[in-house]
Amino acid sequence: MTAKVDKPGAFGAVLNWIDDRIPMTRVWNMHIAQYPAPKNFNFWYLFGSLAILVLVNQILTGIWLTMNYVPSGEGAFASIEYIMRDVEYGWLLRYLHSTGASAFFIVVYLHMFRGMIYGSYQKPRELLWVFGMLIFLALMAEAFMGYLLPWGQMSFWGAQVIISLFGAIPVIGDDLTLWIRGDYVISGATLNRFFALHVIALPLVLVILVFLHIVALHEVGSNNPDGIDIKRKKGSVAEEDKSKFKFHEYYTSKKDIVDAIPFHPYYTVKDILGVVGFLILFCWVVFFVPEMNGFFLEAPNFEAANPLKTPEHIFPVWYFTPYYAILRAIPDKLLGVIAMGVSIAVLALLPWLDRCKVRSIRYRSGIHKLNIAQFVVTFFILGWAGATPQTVTSTILSQICTVTYFMFFVLLFVYSKNENTKPLPTRLTK
Amino acid sequence: MSNAPVDNSRRRFLTIATSVVGGVGAAGAAVPFIASWNPSERAKSAGAPVEVDISKLEPGQLVRVEWRGKPVWVVYRTPAMLDEMKKHEGNLRDPNSDEPQQLDFAKNYHRSTRPEIFIAVGICTHLGCSPSFFNGGFGEKIEGTEHGFFCPCHGSKFDMAGRVFQGVPAPLNLEVPPYTFIDDTTILIGEVGGVA
Repeated sequence: MTAKVDKPGAFGAVLNWIDDRIPMTRVWNMHIAQYPAPKNFNFWYLFGSLAILVLVNQILTGIWLTMNYVPSGEGAFASIEYIMRDVEYGWLLRYLHSTGASAFFIVVYLHMFRGMIYGSYQKPRELLWVFGMLIFLALMAEAFMGYLLPWGQMSFWGAQVIISLFGAIPVIGDDLTLWIRGDYVISGATLNRFFALHVIALPLVLVILVFLHIVALHEVGSNNPDGIDIKRKKGSVAEEDKSKFKFHEYYTSKKDIVDAIPFHPYYTVKDILGVVGFLILFCWVVFFVPEMNGFFLEAPNFEAANPLKTPEHIFPVWYFTPYYAILRAIPDKLLGVIAMGVSIAVLALLPWLDRCKVRSIRYRSGIHKLNIAQFVVTFFILGWAGATPQTVTSTILSQICTVTYFMFFVLLFVYSKNENTKPLPTRLTK
Repeated sequence: MSNAPVDNSRRRFLTIATSVVGGVGAAGAAVPFIASWNPSERAKSAGAPVEVDISKLEPGQLVRVEWRGKPVWVVYRTPAMLDEMKKHEGNLRDPNSDEPQQLDFAKNYHRSTRPEIFIAVGICTHLGCSPSFFNGGFGEKIEGTEHGFFCPCHGSKFDMAGRVFQGVPAPLNLEVPPYTFIDDTTILIGEVGGVA
C-alpha cells in the first residue's frame, strides 16, 4: 500500500478523519476510480448496472408497498385494491414494483446472454458465473413468492402448481408439500410465510449474493467482447504499450495492464446513458401498459383467489414460461419436474461444458454461432408455448424444443473440444 | 505449527469435540424453526367432516363442496355415463384402482359405494389444478367417451370415475375421500364408519 497522502482543506480533513477509521478512499479507488475495465465494452455491458438499478427499485418500492399491504388470506386481495385506489401514488408504487419484476428478468436474461456469447463464464470466471446463477435462482424464488401475495386467482393456482412440483419427489413428496404450504391446501398460512420470505429472507440473500458476485468480478476482472485478457504477465508488456491511466496498485503490482480505462468516470458515464435509455422504456410500460396485455400482470389475477375453481388457462408470468413449457412437454410427472430442474441447473455447468479455449463468439466457429442462434430461437418458442393453452401443436413444438434446448449443451460439449476457431488478436479491437 | 509450544493432538481433539457439540446444538436449534412450518393445530382441526345433502342433485349434475379447503365433487352419474366407463378401460392407467387413491369401499370400476353417485377430490394428481367437468363434448379428447374431466393446466384426462387416461401427465386416479351415507340423501364426507 502506498503511503497515505493527507488531503488538503476542510473537506480533506473530514476525508482524512474517516480514512483513518475506515478505508473509504481506498475502496473507492480500488473498485471505482482506479478499477481497470477493458476499453471496448459495448451495448451488452449495460445490463449488470441496470440489474442493480432494478434491484434498488424493487427494494425501495417493496418497502413502501409493505406499509399498506396486509399479509393474510382475508386481507391481502382487498389491501392491493386499497393500494391501487386509495393510497396516494399507491398505483405508481405497485406498478413500479410489478413492472420492475419483469424488467429484472429482462435485464438478467440479457446479462446472461452476454456472458454466453462472449464466453464470460470461462476460466477464471467460473465462480463468478456460479454466483450469478445463484442470484438467478434466488430471483426466481423471489418472483414466485411475490406473485402469490396479491392473492388473486393466478397467484393461488400458480403457487398450487409450483408447490405441487415438490410432490413429485418420491417418498417424501407429499409431506414436503404439506410442510411448505403449512396447510392441506394453499392458505393464509402459506401466504404469510411467503410474505416473510419475499420481503426479508430472500432480499437479504440476493443482496449478499450480488455483493459476492461483484467481489468475484473485481478479483478476476471483466471479460470483454474480444474475450482476450487485458491483464498480462508482469514484465511481459513494454512500457509504451501499458495503459496510461492510473490504476490501483492492487492490480498493477500483480499484472501489466493493457487497453484498460478506469471504471469511473468512463463507465459510470456510459452506464448513466444506459440508465436513461432504460428508464424511458421502463416508464413507458409503467405509465401506459403496466399489465403488458396480460404478460406482466395476468387477467385472472384481478379476481380474488378461489380454492374451488381453477382458471381455464393457467400459466406463469412470461419469465417462467420456457421452463414451464419443458415441464408440460413431458407426459410424466416426475420426469417433467426433473427435466425442468435440469434445464435451469445445466446453465450453471456452462464453464465446464464449454471446453473451448477461445471465449468470444467473434472468434469462434460457425457451428458455435449456429448453436447459440438455435438456442435463442428455442428459448423464445418455449417461452411462447408455455404461455399458450395446451394444444397438440404446442405440445409437439415444446417437445421438439425441449430436445433442442438440451442439445445446445450436448453439442457444445462435443464440438468445443476441438473447435475450428479464428486467430485471436493480441490487443483489444474496437 | 510443529514447533509451537502446544500439544497438537490435544488441540485437534478439542477442535473436533467443539465442532461436533456445536453442530449438534445448531441442529437442535434448527428444530423449532423447521417444525414451525408444519400445519398449525388450528389448520389441523379445520379438517372436520362435512355433510352434503344430495336430494336436489339431478342426473348428470355435479356439485362442489369444500372439505379441508379442497374442492370435493359429488356427481350423479347417468346410466349412459356408467356404460361408457366400461368401454374405455383398456385406455386407462389404473382401471382397477390398484393404487391406494381410495379406501377399499371404492375399489371397483365405478369407484364409489353407489354406482350412480361419484365422490372425488377435484384436484388433479399432476400438479393440483381443479379439472373441468365435461357433461358431453368430451369425445374430441377421447374418442367414444362423451363425458369426463379435463385438467386445463396440463391436459390430463379422467373418466367419470376419476380414472386417469394414458398418455397424460397425471400419474394417478383422482383421490376418493372417505365418506358415508348417513341416510338416502345425506353424505358425510371425511369419515367412513368412524374412520376419518
